[in-house]
This record gives sequence, C-alpha cells and structure tokens, in this order.
Amino acid sequence: MAGAHQGAGDGRTVGDVSGDDGAARTTDAAPPASTLPSGHDPDERGRFGPYGGRFVPEALVAALDELHAEYEKARVDPAFVDELRRLLRDYTGRPSPLTDAPRFGEHAGGARVLLKREDLNHTGSHKINNVLGQALLTRRMGKTRVIAETGAGQHGVATATACALFGLDCTVYMGEVDTRRQALNVARMRLLGAEVIPVRTGSATLKDAINEAMRDWVTNVADTHYLLGTVAGPHPFPVMVRDFHRVIGLEARAQVLDRVGRLPDAVAACVGGGSNAIGAFHAFLDDPGVRLVGLEPGGEGLETGRHGATLTAGSPGALHGAMSYLLQDEDGQTQETHSISAGLDYPGVGPEHSWLKDTGRAEYRPVTDAEAMDAFQLLCRTEGIIPAIESAHALAGALTLGRELGEDAVVLVNLSGRGDKDVDTAARWFGLLPGEDA
Amino acid sequence: MGRLDSLFASCRAERRAALVGYLPAGYPTVADSAALLGEMVAGGCDLVEIGVPYSDPVMDGPTIQSAADTALRAGFRLRDVFSLVESVATAGGRAVVMTYWNPVHRYGVDAFARDLAAAGGLGVITPDLIPDEAEPWLSASDAHDLDRIFLVSPSSTEQRIAMTTKASRGFVYATAVMGVTGARDQVGSDAPGLVRRTRQHTDLPVGVGLGVRSGAQAAEIAGFADAVIVGSAFVARAGGDQERARSEVRSLAEELAAGVRGQVS
Repeated sequence: MAGAHQGAGDGRTVGDVSGDDGAARTTDAAPPASTLPSGHDPDERGRFGPYGGRFVPEALVAALDELHAEYEKARVDPAFVDELRRLLRDYTGRPSPLTDAPRFGEHAGGARVLLKREDLNHTGSHKINNVLGQALLTRRMGKTRVIAETGAGQHGVATATACALFGLDCTVYMGEVDTRRQALNVARMRLLGAEVIPVRTGSATLKDAINEAMRDWVTNVADTHYLLGTVAGPHPFPVMVRDFHRVIGLEARAQVLDRVGRLPDAVAACVGGGSNAIGAFHAFLDDPGVRLVGLEPGGEGLETGRHGATLTAGSPGALHGAMSYLLQDEDGQTQETHSISAGLDYPGVGPEHSWLKDTGRAEYRPVTDAEAMDAFQLLCRTEGIIPAIESAHALAGALTLGRELGEDAVVLVNLSGRGDKDVDTAARWFGLLPGEDA
Repeated sequence: MGRLDSLFASCRAERRAALVGYLPAGYPTVADSAALLGEMVAGGCDLVEIGVPYSDPVMDGPTIQSAADTALRAGFRLRDVFSLVESVATAGGRAVVMTYWNPVHRYGVDAFARDLAAAGGLGVITPDLIPDEAEPWLSASDAHDLDRIFLVSPSSTEQRIAMTTKASRGFVYATAVMGVTGARDQVGSDAPGLVRRTRQHTDLPVGVGLGVRSGAQAAEIAGFADAVIVGSAFVARAGGDQERARSEVRSLAEELAAGVRGQVS
C-alpha cells in the first residue's frame, strides 16, 4: 500500500540496494543510506493521477494481487533487500561507473556530459536490475516458470540469464520482425536455455509480444510469473519495476555530486516503455533545478506518421493493462509504430511518465532515426563506446540539450545499454558491410 | 432491473438454458456480419454478442484474433457496431456488445452507452474492464439503462466474485477455463465449481463461455448454467464463401439450440 512501507528494520529498501558496500568499489560516493519511500508512490489502486490502474481480465487479478502482496512484503524485508543488493554487486557489477565524455561534449555546445554506464552491467543493459528483483520474487512466490516479452532482446537476455541463475523455466515472446533485426540476442537467449517464441500477429513487434505473453499468462497463471520488462502494464508492475531501477538514479545522483560538486542541470534518457528513464529520473524528482528529459523514438519524423513518440503525439487510453498515453486512431485501435530501435518501437508508455508529462515535471522530445544514428556514431568515434541504438536517442537529446544550456551545463545521460546487438543494423545504416560503399 | 431479465425468465419457464452466440462485427465484412447475425438469431440464439474488433485482443485465441484482423483490414469502424445492433433488434433479436475497453474509452463512455441504447442494444460485456476500474461505465450504464456483464474466473476469490456480481446486471459471465477464447474438445473442469461459487453470491443468471463448440457440450453446460456462450465455433464457420457460411452458422445455432434444450442427437 502506498506510504505503508516505512517499516524496514534498518531503513533499507529495494531502492537503495547499492548501499554501503558500493563505496568500497568506486571512487564516487556511495548512494544515500536510506531513500525509500520515495514520496512518489501511486495510490492503492496503482494510479498516478488518472494513469495506471488495472485494465486486465479478471483472470489475472488474483495473480496481480499475489504479486503486489509479495512485493510489499519483500521491499521492506532486510533478507530480500540484502540478497538483491548482493546480486547487484557481485553478479551485475554495480554500482555502474559514471564516465566523463569530454570529446562527445564538445559537440554538445561544450557542456559537460556524464554517462551513467548501465551498458557495463552484466548482460549489457539496465534490464538486469529489474529482472533480478522479479526473479527473487518469483522464487518467493513458489512459481517455477517465467515468461517475458522482449523488443530489442535486452530484457529477454536478462530474463534468460536470471532464469539460468535461479533454475527457472523460461519462455520469451519476441516479435518476428525483432527476431530478425536482433538475431544476436535470440541466439544469446537460446544459449542461456530459454525458449524464444517468435510472434507473427499484428505488427510482429514488441506490442504483439506483450499480447502473446499476456495470453500465456492468462492460461498458465497458477505456476507462471510474467516477468514484465518495463514500467508499463497493470499495477503493481509500474511501481515495482521502477523501484528496481531507482538504483540507477540514486547511484548517479551521488556520483555526480561527488564528481562535479553539484547536481546536473539535466538528465537525459530514452523512453520506449520507459524503464531506464524512470530509473534515472526518480532520484531527481524532488530536485526542481534538474530538468528531466525523456527522448522518444521519432522514427522517420513525426510528420510521416512512422514513429513511436507516444508522449509527444499520443493521447490517453488503455493498453496492456494500464491507462496511459497511447498512439491510437480515432476508434481507439492501437497504431503501428516505427523506430530503428526495436527496444523503443512501442505505442504505449509507462503510466508514471504520462503523469510526469502532465504535471510538467518531466519533458519528452522526439529524436529521429537519423539523429539517433548520428549520435551513435559520434559516441563511437569520440569516446570509444558503442551504445545501444535505444541509448543513442538519449545521446542525441544530450547534444541538443547541451547546445541549449551552454558550456557551463552538466548533462547526465543514462547510457542504458551497449550496442553489440546493433552492429548489424548500424553497419547497414552506415553502409559498412562488404561490397557496400561507405 | 436488467434488460435481459425477461429473456432469462422465459428460459427458466421453459426449464432450459439460454443460448448466446458471439460474432465479431464486420467479419468478414460489415454487410456479411449483419446477415450472419440474422442466421444466428433465426437458428435459435436467444442473445447475440456482437464483438468489437480490436487491434490487441489479449483474451482471444487465434480464431477470433484473425477474424478481428480481417474485419479491421476490411475497414470496420466502431460506429458500424451500432448499425449491426440495430439490425438485430429490428429483426426481433436481442443484442449485447462485447468489447475491450479502449475503443469505448476513446469514443467516450457516456456517448457509447447513449448510442448503443439508441440502437436497441441491451448491454455490454467487458473482458478487460473489472468493476474496480469501471466507475464511468457504472454511471453511463445506469444513465442509459444498459446491462453490464462482468466476468468471473476460476482464479477469482470469493471476495472478488461477491464484488463483481454486485456490480453486474443482466447476467454474469463465467469463463470456464483459465485461458483465451477458442473451441476446445472438453468443457473446463473448473466450470461447474465456478458456477456454484458464483451462485452463492448472486441470484443473477450465470453464463458459461470459452471453448464450447458442440450441441453435446451445450447440453452439458445447460445442466449447470443459465446460459451457454459460444464464440469461436461460430467465428470459425463465418469466413470464406458466404452462402456456405450462412448455412453452417445457421445449422450450428440450431444444433446448439437443441443442446440447451437437452435435445442432443
């Protein structure tokens, strides 16, 4: 229940999993010792203002109630928090570093650009933060089978990884279009022992993978946990997944303070469903001087209609279990989206982002495929880091923000994932494959 | 009082269950679906459920997914559902609409209720709207005198069945199995228990759906439920050559209508 979890014995809850141990492993200051409750929890129905809730079949309500009850207990249970903290430290490699990107920053109006290196986590993205938390919950609930959806494959790989670690049965639904453009991640999931089921319905992308996972869950809910990979879906997923990712912002805030001596002027993160962005933003919600900027997939440009800029161009509606902004037509049918980035190619968005947009606390801007790919290449060549194409949207946003804010500005970018999976797409985009002109 | 009360009263007087048949609006086209709904009524469906094709039908199996897809590609618009309801009502049949929630939300909940009532519709079945989230629909359905048919599931707790039946009017839709729509060879073993549990909380009629496809199954369900709901089996016969489709839909309705009367050949 909202506001009901102050009771942790030692004040530690899932939001501050890095805790003291992290200090020994980094030159940056450790995150604050006690930071939850965040003061930004939804109401008891899971509503952030008018957004969120549970727009689901009755058949799933019992499982959602069970999950919610278990999570409410776990989030203030020192044994759970300690185990998650240990995993994030010893298995994931947290805290993730903060990297200065001065050569990149020269192209951002000379602003100081700091990269939060979620790409250096085990499995290569921020997704593992949430997956480990939910895998622990799965075990606590006595369930033996996990299903997940994936777009770019990052969440699927993280889920397959955790299932291997915990000995859980794993099935991942992935749009057939995405299995082709992210073939490397399909192979990774299969190596890890997961079954990958290509989804051919609808647009055969992330949205349809979620539909198929929900159908599986409705059928097998007794022994199966749906390990949802983003801050969307029915309550309690948006708040729970957010809490598991809050560690990103909590670490980064302390690291920036330690490194720069003040808070950043802006935090930039890409937004598909919105999990890495909410994780990066959340620790800064009560810092009014810090602008929170979400970068949405502008695809081929908003004017073409081929994009996935839900918050920029959508309207409120119910999809995949929650009320939130949505790309829909006049009749409430979900519109097909486009993005060069499979992980952002999604017509919905987490309900808390809708609320942050309406309240004005965060702002959301589109970044086109071309802008993202320019930033992708720029980071490769100026800093020797190949980012995920998803994260390249945040980098493109940072270039613009830096130019707007000037050379005294400090811009924190959440580098949510690494780009190995995207090398094929990037090579095609830049014409780097044998037999093509560069 | 519910709009469907008289239907269930007369079925009870005849000591039989009601037959409820489902077809997606606009499948395979709007005109074809009007004719098919007519056959369902003529063949003995006491009530037709007119489905709203939706882009993301998470409660539906492959048969209804693909029908919804066909209907949307053929240009189905939400307003077409009202003309189909009207055609059923004009022909002397009874119609409710079954729809995922977002199309109603987008149309405007009150406007949807108003236009459905004006077309002669009697209520709405809402597979992904639970009473917890239904305030706008509770007031719109009251204002326009429409029945609201919520679902109960084998996984529902007693507390949720009590709450859900209290919010319902017309009848309660019991999903016989955990899973999505689609014809199955056997009725879910959870079904009789779920109906029994539901009846402990309400005097409303209880309909059973998900997976029914034959007269024998209809007879089996009619033995413990107030309504037998058949969807995918009709949909599977509704595509392709329409002359054949109309005849097969008609004969399935007749077989099921005999089934709910306990007359199984």
